[in-house]
Amino acid sequence: MLLISCPNCGPRDETEFHYGGQAHVPYPENPNALNDKEWAQFLFYRDNTKGIFAERWLHSTGCRQWFNMLRDTLTYDIQAIYPMGTPRPDVTVPAAAESGTASTAADSTTTGDSAPSISASSIAPAATPASATAPKGATK
Amino acid sequence: MSTEQLPEHPEFLWRNPEPKSSYDAVIVGGGGHGLATAYYLAKNHGMTNIAVLEKGWLAGGNMARNTTIIRSNYLWDESAAIYEHALKLWEILPEELEYDFLFSQRGVMNLAHTLGDVRESMRRVGANQLNGVDAEWLDPQQVKELCPILNINDNIRYPVMGATYQPRAGIAKHDHVAWAFARKCDELGVDIIQNCEVTGFLKDGNRVVGVKTNRGTIHTEKVGLCAAGHSSVLAEMAGFRLPIQSHPLQALVSELHEPVHPTVVMSNHVHVYVSQAHKGELVMGAGVDSYNGYGQRGSFHVIEHQMAAAVELFPIFARAHVLRTWGGIVDTTLDASPIVGTTPVENMFVNCGWGTGGFKGTPAAGLTFAHTIATGTPHTLNKAFALERFETGALIDEHGAAAVAH
Ligand SMILES: Cc1cc2nc3c(=O)[nH]c(=O)nc-3n(C[C@H](O)[C@H](O)[C@H](O)COP(=O)(O)OP(=O)(O)OC[C@H]3O[C@@H](n4cnc5c(N)ncnc54)[C@H](O)[C@@H]3O)c2cc1C
Ligand SMILES: [Zn+2]
Repeated sequence: MLLISCPNCGPRDETEFHYGGQAHVPYPENPNALNDKEWAQFLFYRDNTKGIFAERWLHSTGCRQWFNMLRDTLTYDIQAIYPMGTPRPDVTVPAAAESGTASTAADSTTTGDSAPSISASSIAPAATPASATAPKGATK
Repeated sequence: MSTEQLPEHPEFLWRNPEPKSSYDAVIVGGGGHGLATAYYLAKNHGMTNIAVLEKGWLAGGNMARNTTIIRSNYLWDESAAIYEHALKLWEILPEELEYDFLFSQRGVMNLAHTLGDVRESMRRVGANQLNGVDAEWLDPQQVKELCPILNINDNIRYPVMGATYQPRAGIAKHDHVAWAFARKCDELGVDIIQNCEVTGFLKDGNRVVGVKTNRGTIHTEKVGLCAAGHSSVLAEMAGFRLPIQSHPLQALVSELHEPVHPTVVMSNHVHVYVSQAHKGELVMGAGVDSYNGYGQRGSFHVIEHQMAAAVELFPIFARAHVLRTWGGIVDTTLDASPIVGTTPVENMFVNCGWGTGGFKGTPAAGLTFAHTIATGTPHTLNKAFALERFETGALIDEHGAAAVAH
């Protein structure tokens, strides 16, 4: 279960929130100019990052406000929380960890009933002091 | 009905060869779909100089984690065709593969709890019958006769208002299915290579000519992706995108019980489905966790929610215990239908997007994907499931038949 720090309400249980998928996907600036291929990209294609992913969440049973979050989709570790409309913050992590295509995926050796081990190439929670807290100036 | 003896664990099923420097085709992913694809490539198309590359151990991904429900009662013609073909293959495969993987056609019930459910279910029964899929509508009394432990009282939050029933549906032993395919693949000369992770692709212009792995570079003329939850990661390495989101999907089992549950019961509305495994465990699952995830684990409230639903539907389960829970990584699409066909990269083919319900499709996915890899053209049964549908708009919306269900 995720413990999510709403920028307005503070840390709350995941069950209070709604998932909104990938963040920073703007509506096409000139919709009339799009062909079918480009529409398909906007409607159906989203990044499916293994690693740090910028995503939207809605605090549906709290303040009912949307916000953005950087979360590691492998370890589920929350890296940053920041307001809608602001750019994705820089979270400094070891270079190798950024890529979802790193060769030693942690889940390749885990079994169904154990939590994935954190391998050298995935993001160790210790390397991310910003974990689960909003970057400065991100709230209000 | 009594609990069943599982088949003896055979000592030897396949060799563990070193990867060769080149193959005629390479299948990425040694789950059910990769193994079935390799089997049909060898058997139907004479392609035996091929390899299945698996980054972990054989069938340790979703193939080891699914709840093994097999059925074909999907709404649309395209889905009914491919899933029904799969079901017909399941019916002959134990003999063909010479391996009894305990395919048990004990029937599957999909409960209806609201008027909307009832209408949708009856529509689906009608559509199924027109497509030659065995389907019946049961009223609550008939539901009770088939599954006496189900609570059909109308004083619960979501009373049972009826159910669809597919008598030929059922369950099988997933591990044994994988081993059955693997053994035949091996006999036919296919190299099954475990602990071999694909880390990149070699391309000549836009044509794939090889794969890079942690065990060296392998040249090949054709690549078939069968990587389920990791399909997007591989597509990204190859330089294209897939309309897939990977989610955790969890399941759980109880301790062993005397046989109490004779069929398979699923409820989309209250989000739970239950069967009883051959050995006696109650096997339960629910919907995906909402967030994207590659962690093979999900959140506890999803389990809590499904247990609440299970206990209301099956009051005797209140005394059972959760023994084990686990999760897989499922590759979901927006129309809840799979993607099978060519890709923007020449000679690279993709089979993915089976999401929460691809175990049942394993034989037909393998058969049709092998055809596509061997001939470079769609099979009549997978044609509609090509990537192009997201551009033409010809989506195959199976949320009603597939949503929580598997
Ligand atoms: C909890 C749960 C319950 C389910 N219940 C049902 C059900 O009741 N009925 C049903 O029909 N379906 C069900 N499913 C869905 C079904 O399990 C999947 O759709 C199906 O198993 C996917 O095909 P597969 O067997 O080939 O996948 P997998 O077994 O996941 O195979 C993919 C393989 O690719 C490998 N791989 C990934 N990346 C690489 C790489 N870079 N290099 C080499 N190998 C790689 C992985 O290690 C993995 O072994 C369930 C799934 C889950 C998780
Ligand atoms: Zn809030």
